[in-house]
Amino acid sequence: MLIEYLPIFLVFGFAIIFAIATVFSSTIFGPKRPTSEKLSTYESGMKPIGTTHDRVSVKYYIVAMLFIIFDLEVIFVYPWAVQFKRLYAELGISIFFSMLLFLVVFEIGFLYAYKKGGFKWD
Amino acid sequence: MGILELIIVSLIKIIVIAVVMLLTVSYLVYFERKIAAWAQNRIGPNRVGPAGIFQPFADVLKLLLKEDIVPTAANKQMHTLAPMIALFVAFSTFAVLPVGPSFTAFGKVFSFVVADVNIGILYVLALTSVGVYAITFSGWSSGSKYSLLGGIRSSAQMISYEISMGFSVAGVILLAESLRPIAIVNAQSGWMWNIILQPIGFITFLVSAFAETNRLPFDLPEAEPELVGGYHTEYSSMKFAAFFLSEYANMIISSALIVTLYLGGWQIPYLELLNLSAGWVVILQVGAFIFKLVFIMFFFIWVRWSIPRFRYDQLMNIGWKVMFPLSLLNLLWVAILAMIL
Repeated sequence: MLIEYLPIFLVFGFAIIFAIATVFSSTIFGPKRPTSEKLSTYESGMKPIGTTHDRVSVKYYIVAMLFIIFDLEVIFVYPWAVQFKRLYAELGISIFFSMLLFLVVFEIGFLYAYKKGGFKWD
Repeated sequence: MGILELIIVSLIKIIVIAVVMLLTVSYLVYFERKIAAWAQNRIGPNRVGPAGIFQPFADVLKLLLKEDIVPTAANKQMHTLAPMIALFVAFSTFAVLPVGPSFTAFGKVFSFVVADVNIGILYVLALTSVGVYAITFSGWSSGSKYSLLGGIRSSAQMISYEISMGFSVAGVILLAESLRPIAIVNAQSGWMWNIILQPIGFITFLVSAFAETNRLPFDLPEAEPELVGGYHTEYSSMKFAAFFLSEYANMIISSALIVTLYLGGWQIPYLELLNLSAGWVVILQVGAFIFKLVFIMFFFIWVRWSIPRFRYDQLMNIGWKVMFPLSLLNLLWVAILAMIL
């Protein structure tokens, strides 16, 4: 039934109003005395050096890509997990081995990424 | 139940949960400071009110009256949006987590959950993933190197541990045959708690929960000695409070999730042998949930003040090379268990 999702939208509405109210409350109540020193970037008391929009280590991109692959794997597992007991009663052990095969194929990919140094941080 | 009645009941529940959540966050911060003081042989906050119990209110009031500083180097829109996302996630996740069983009173059925949806666990996982954006945006938009490093580190850490978290949860829903949190709790009646049936899954989920909430020993995003404040270095006043609040709210949500998924939610073993009246059973079960929740929250604080911080490469190694294979093994174990039982 779709009606059971109505409270979720009410929660969303409440959370959005609460978030906006909280974030803007100190703009209303707090003082406003900006100085250029106050508005400069904090860098342990020194003048900021260089830019922040610089290149980022490639390792983070590798982690992000691996995350997408393995998180998709998790999503494939969920429907199987929810239906497992029912399907096992119906189809027997084959339902276990079919998912095992899928996971083994994925873990070969995992081992490949491991051997290639995809998870190496040093 | 009519739509109007549903709206009114839901709004009441939402407001009650929000108030309880805010109070719990306030006193969680207070108790964290007290426990920290106790662990380090100090006194802790003791100035505002008897034994410092009004300290949280003083802190909020102080932050409310502080100047809202947005650095000139920052991207204004994103800088404002990030704490909003953090708060939004922190206050909407609890909607699907049941505090107690549903009961009948005055000829109507009441339940201790705002929204009893059949995709409850997916909803929680989806919202915690949205929480990553808050930290990434705040790190990127602040225009500070500390914030940027903290934000990038944190997003890499959170997405790494989300995988082992997902696999651990798969073990739970396999036994419960449902993504509905109430069904998951009902599947753990008696002593069939998931912590006993799948201890490995419990450990991987617990570790992932620590990493997802950025608590020590995984608080690399705000490792003070190297990154000052991490992603919220450039935040002040209520925007800083928003991050602080959402961090502690996420801790409460993680604890509630651990209790729901692994510690049997509101279940008390052998309670039916006592032959209590229905009202007492409900009260005792809600009490059991709160007791377990408080224990897990205490555990979070206890760990924080006992264990040193991991190095970043150790953190990623544990996430990918230990937790991920362990959670897979747990899933296989649960599947075999389901076939035997």
